[in-house]
Amino acid sequence: MQKALSRLFKVTLFIAMAAFWLFSCKPKIKDADIQTQIQNNPVLSHLVATVKDGVVTLSGECKDLAEKEACENVVKQIPGVKSVVNNATIAPPPAPPVEIAADDPLTKGVADALKDHPTIKATVAEGVISVTGEATAANWRKVKIALDGLKPKKVDASGLTIKN
Amino acid sequence: MALQDKYRQLVDTAVATGVNNLQIREQDGVLYIDGEAPSGAIKDRLWDIYGSIDPNFLSGDVVMNINVATAVPGARVKVVTERSNLNIRKGPGTDQPIVGKAAHKEIITLVSKANDQWWLVRTDDGEEGYAYAQYLAPVE
Repeated sequence: MQKALSRLFKVTLFIAMAAFWLFSCKPKIKDADIQTQIQNNPVLSHLVATVKDGVVTLSGECKDLAEKEACENVVKQIPGVKSVVNNATIAPPPAPPVEIAADDPLTKGVADALKDHPTIKATVAEGVISVTGEATAANWRKVKIALDGLKPKKVDASGLTIKN
Repeated sequence: MALQDKYRQLVDTAVATGVNNLQIREQDGVLYIDGEAPSGAIKDRLWDIYGSIDPNFLSGDVVMNINVATAVPGARVKVVTERSNLNIRKGPGTDQPIVGKAAHKEIITLVSKANDQWWLVRTDDGEEGYAYAQYLAPVE
């Protein structure tokens, strides 16, 4: 009985020591190694990382929140990383598509713009203003400025003749 | 992106001269340039550059809509017709009846903007109505 107890004691002691050894002598991973791992990961190539005592600070720009979180998770998986400070910013949303005026307001706007320029003619179809007739360069410039302000899809003046 | 290269000088100048809310978008073979120039002189300069890249604006690959920041309600604006008087109309459109006239080179007040084309104006004689914005330039 005493022998068994002693044996149990020895096994317990061994486990305790082994556990102590495992945790205390866990090979320490250097910040520089973490840095290298991050730099060599193509998924993280657009971000800048600084590492201090196992704490990784990320900066740079991600295209959206999902990508920002994904990058953070990749870094957390790297051995030796204790925590991640994610300072990456999210790219602004892409510019909204160009607003093109409907043909009815465009046609009305074109009529207003051409009222004082009877030698210039124009038609509107699907947002495109097609200009014909003739004009001096100076007058055409004024009309072009006015037409561009109507939010057309395009001002096609290939049919216009410029007089001297 | 090809159009942005062709018109790079125009876009760069718009940025350098402080055009506000500048939006440069390329869509279906057309470069759309929108923004608000700090002055009428800068707007003119941008149109000069556009005209130097595409003489007489005949290519049809740019739609440039630049407003002038100083054209705000309450501003004084000058009638810049070629020589005639400027019609003041009851509503925003050439189909609207004429309710008054502002003389060539007369300075009047911009009351508000119905849209980019038609501005509500008031003459110093008290005549009020809509005038075509192209013939009005802010006094700077």
